[in-house]
Amino acid sequence: MKLHEYQSKNIFRDNGIPAPDGEVVDTPAAARAAAERIGLPCMVKAQVLTGGRGKAGGVKFCTTADAVEEKAKSILALNIKGFPVRKVLVTSAADILTEIYFGIVTDRSTRRAVVMCSAAGGMDIEEVAVTHPEKIMRVPLDPFTGTLPDYVARDIAVFIGLPKEHWNDFIAIARGLAQVYMKNDASLAEINPLAMTVNPNGPGGKKLMALDGKIVIDDNAMYRHPELEPLRDPDEDSAAEKLARKADLNYVSLDGNIGCLVNGAGLAMATLDVIQHFGGKAANFLDVAGGAKADKVTAALRIILADPGVKVVMFNIFGGITRCDEVAKGIVQAINEIKPTVPFVARITGTNKEAGDAILASANIITAQTAAEAAQKAVALANG
Amino acid sequence: MAILADKNTRLIVQGITGREGDFHARQMHAYSPIIVGGVTPGKGGMILDYGVPVFDTCGAAVRSVGANASVIYVPAKFAPDAILEAADAGIKLIVCITEGVPVNDMIRVRAYLDAKGDVTLIGPNCPGMITPGQAKIGIIPGAICKPGRVGLVSRSGTLTYEAVDALTRAGLGQSSIIGIGGDPVRGLNFLEVVKLFNNDPDTDAIVMLGEIGGSDEEVAARWIKDNVKKPMAGFIAGQAAPEGKRMGHAGAIIEGGMGTAASKIAAMTAAGIRMATLPTDIPELILAGLNA
Repeated sequence: MKLHEYQSKNIFRDNGIPAPDGEVVDTPAAARAAAERIGLPCMVKAQVLTGGRGKAGGVKFCTTADAVEEKAKSILALNIKGFPVRKVLVTSAADILTEIYFGIVTDRSTRRAVVMCSAAGGMDIEEVAVTHPEKIMRVPLDPFTGTLPDYVARDIAVFIGLPKEHWNDFIAIARGLAQVYMKNDASLAEINPLAMTVNPNGPGGKKLMALDGKIVIDDNAMYRHPELEPLRDPDEDSAAEKLARKADLNYVSLDGNIGCLVNGAGLAMATLDVIQHFGGKAANFLDVAGGAKADKVTAALRIILADPGVKVVMFNIFGGITRCDEVAKGIVQAINEIKPTVPFVARITGTNKEAGDAILASANIITAQTAAEAAQKAVALANG
Repeated sequence: MAILADKNTRLIVQGITGREGDFHARQMHAYSPIIVGGVTPGKGGMILDYGVPVFDTCGAAVRSVGANASVIYVPAKFAPDAILEAADAGIKLIVCITEGVPVNDMIRVRAYLDAKGDVTLIGPNCPGMITPGQAKIGIIPGAICKPGRVGLVSRSGTLTYEAVDALTRAGLGQSSIIGIGGDPVRGLNFLEVVKLFNNDPDTDAIVMLGEIGGSDEEVAARWIKDNVKKPMAGFIAGQAAPEGKRMGHAGAIIEGGMGTAASKIAAMTAAGIRMATLPTDIPELILAGLNA
């Protein structure tokens, strides 16, 4: 689950990481009122769960209350990479001197949470990692304590060339970031940029502030974080993806016209590949998991058929422990209940395959012997 | 000989009286009678209708029946503890079928097992393993397997079954089949399993089924290039998958342009692995390798 910038900053502040004051609003008038409370100049920032907000015109600097209202109006009308802007963050504008990248991410190859820090902040860290890997310091978090010791944080501060009067603040931020990551079961917690800003309250009139941030929570750990569930943005998943989650199905919306119903994530991915290989495009990824029982197949079919773009549905089922004839009965039962108007192509293989094929054929479902044959038939129907 | 487990393995089932555990323990027992016990806290002393005794803890099972392998079917919130319990009881092979274990838990569990040093973990979120005709540990359907000399390692479940079924239908039996699982942090990886197959005198050819996300296929491919002389065939699922979307498996996601199917296919091809366009092409690629 991804968190918005304003949600991430609230969590940062709760863990001792300073961030500028801000308010989240959903109307231009409320944006104006917020700016008057916070003080000008200020930033108006689109709150959407995707990158590239600045380039899309979703982040504006404003010096007057009129400008805040006007910019909020235009930003709230935006749709950035398919995400409608429903909220903006009005936050005091900072006078930025330098920008640091500071994040913690799950690193699959070393099997550790890894702290990454670079003086090349404000940029896409993945790009820095490719073009200037030597500018990034990486330190694994201890898997047992989950903490970042002060001496490690100080070493990072030295690596990025931070002046020593700011080391103690940086150490406190590092401690806070490790806490944010571990306490919330994050797979990513990043401050980008962590900016050195002009601020009379800091040492030498300067202070480190988190000007933007991102937190991603491990979905598998959500069972122990009921307090985070209200932070879920309903726009993160499509309506169909939400329904699927409720029905305990793995579903991802895609933009093709061939609906797919498969058991197993690997086979479901391979099914999309086969369809693409034969010149078609899948409308979705769907793993019905386990035994492909009738009630699950019914729920899955309803979700697939709710997409008006679907011209044909392809089943690709491997009957292992659940036999093919049982799976076929489930499919026929689901189709009888929903009475869909689009054609079906089914490829079912594994234990008791022949009996399964016979049941499907008697229900007027087009059958295929291989995934390739099924995909070719589905592509022909979708394009015909 | 096959790898990791055979007819002499002494297996316990953690969560044997739960819904999943009960169903699959019966399947395993019917296929290969290697189960020497089950573990469910509070149900110790019970004897199941198919003759298997239940213990309260892994420690009790090891002391009473000398178990040396365990398969775990407990819910995700108890799975990390179950893995550690098995390891501390002295079990050397642990197979965790459970799906949905938080990554930070697995980071801690792996670090603990690595420090311990002599424990092999398969999974979590995996179908387990089978040595056809000898030992079924997990949920891979026994009926599609056939004893033979092709080793198979995979990140997926049903995709594995598809490839195994195709191999069996083509007359190619299997030495062992290892489903390493679809999570980002797990036990055995491609590289470690390929090394085992490479050293196994009863394995003549190796199949490697990967998918998008991470770089484990690339890491294995670099080693395979210089070290494996046995013919290999491979497939990567997720060529049509969009970036940034998790495709069912927790680890199946392309992030920041990393973990793409194209990168994995290129690395595996460069290592001399015959890459399949469709998973059902695997048998003919293996035959081509064996006859070359």
